[in-house]
Amino acid sequence: MSVPAVETSMDVALDRHIPMGVVRDTAAIVQRNLIAYRRVPQLLVFSTIQPVIFVVMFRYVFGGAVSAALPAGVDYVDYLMPGIFVQTVVFGAIATAIGLATDMKSGLMERFHALPMARSAVLSGRTLADTVRNVFVVALMMLVGFLVGWRIHTDVLGLLAAYGIVVLFGFSMSWVFATVGLAVGDPETAQAASFPVLAPLVFASSAFVPIETMPPWLQTFAEHQPVSAAASAVRALTLGGPAAGDVIASIAWSVGLIAIFGTISVRLYRRAV
Amino acid sequence: MGEPAIVVEGLEKRFGEVPALDGIDLSVDEGTIFGLLGPNGAGKTTAVRVLATILHPDAGRAEVLGRDVVREPAAVRRRIGLAGQYAAVDPNLTGRENLRMVGILGQLPRAVIAPRADELLQRFSLADAADRPLRTYSGGMRRRLDIAASLVPKPPVLFLDEPTTGLDLTSRNELWDMIRELVREGTTVLLTTQYLEEADQLAGRVAVIDGGHVIANDTPARLKANLGDTVVEMDFADDALAERALALLGGDQLGTVEREHRTVKVSSNRGAHVLVDVLRRFDGDGIEPDTLSVREPSLDDVFLALTGHRAVTEGGDA
Repeated sequence: MSVPAVETSMDVALDRHIPMGVVRDTAAIVQRNLIAYRRVPQLLVFSTIQPVIFVVMFRYVFGGAVSAALPAGVDYVDYLMPGIFVQTVVFGAIATAIGLATDMKSGLMERFHALPMARSAVLSGRTLADTVRNVFVVALMMLVGFLVGWRIHTDVLGLLAAYGIVVLFGFSMSWVFATVGLAVGDPETAQAASFPVLAPLVFASSAFVPIETMPPWLQTFAEHQPVSAAASAVRALTLGGPAAGDVIASIAWSVGLIAIFGTISVRLYRRAV
Repeated sequence: MGEPAIVVEGLEKRFGEVPALDGIDLSVDEGTIFGLLGPNGAGKTTAVRVLATILHPDAGRAEVLGRDVVREPAAVRRRIGLAGQYAAVDPNLTGRENLRMVGILGQLPRAVIAPRADELLQRFSLADAADRPLRTYSGGMRRRLDIAASLVPKPPVLFLDEPTTGLDLTSRNELWDMIRELVREGTTVLLTTQYLEEADQLAGRVAVIDGGHVIANDTPARLKANLGDTVVEMDFADDALAERALALLGGDQLGTVEREHRTVKVSSNRGAHVLVDVLRRFDGDGIEPDTLSVREPSLDDVFLALTGHRAVTEGGDA
């Protein structure tokens, strides 16, 4: 038999309601994850060194061979850099998977679960912190792009819109990899499980090369996937020409991925611990 | 005293086919320390996880300060603190940052968080290390910070899952003193442990748990009553020799004498003096044990007395 609890002054103090609690909880988790990036710089190095290597490799090693396949008047570096920005945030999203899996394994997730905090804050605090990191890393990659000869053929507005497209797409990828991390629950496995997810997305896409030279079956996939959509949108916004269709397609992909993988990962989080 | 702080009735939880909790009943009075004593895999941690709203039970009910863990998990979370055997703290944050984060997530008003963190750092002798990342802490310091973190929101009920496992003696004794002090201030503590000594030192009442069942629920003094305070354990070369030793030592003057294969065990209330008697009797007959040890009764002895079998440690910790 359950006796209804009598409200005492202690209960009133314990059940106090903090206004905007969700925002406060999320901010605390974002801050905690950003502190880790500051204290463990290796985490940042992984997400910047690797795309720099890709820039050098594609720009100077493969670039000459690829330019023949490009439309007349387009420099390969101008084609490549939008792909690099998109690829950078996809690879960077592995950190979301590893971070959440680490928290599960260490028992920190259990502590969060037993606290009267907003359930959503653990996941959104992670994906938002990784988005803040992307804001810096993508800006850095743009700087690298300028150094190797990337030029904007539109205007500042186009550049800012492209920047926004990449960061939004990175946020959606963080939710995809949050799902991976929560599903495997172990940082090493999370890293291993992430590669088969991102490799086809990044390489079977228009990120580095035009898809026209791929076999027809691969072209069909490459044409209808989110990395190609984001790369095309960023390209249209920095090279010039009609951009609205590509931009809408990329935003639709991002919003759709956030909705689907946000739902799945929240379900996984409620069960995992 | 009124209603108990923790009530558990017929609690069941299974993982696949394996029952981790197979119908558990417990009642913990407010302001006391209750010990859950059992080997790895007995179901101690599962019980704590259900009470802390981390796991959903399959059957039965559990209440913390009158709030049901399934129907009112949010209210339960506002009344509990949890510290585990795996220090659940962020290794990249400093001690102070960890405590402040838990203060925010524990829904404390902004103004009280910083002073509360300082107070706990002081109390757990971590003030000097307050601004170092946890990665640089020793095992004992991490464990202290973990417990400090569970105390930030001043929870009236505290769950400690094997708080001293893996700690050296000094750290363990410090932690015991801190737990006693909390209870003096009115906190209710439910603590799991594998050590009879720890349950004996801290808890006013102990439930012995085995294979998801409570097999005894009593005061430590009564649990130990027929175990004696001193155990002399001897190994002999073969069963026949052990049987002869058993005959020599029997007769109830020494205490309880048992034989298991080549091992003979004497449990006595006469302190170390029993050793002199044992050796004197052997000397008269000329038999000698291969090994001999004198110790305090252990969880194993409680198990043997209660169940007739030794504590079986299952793989993993459930």
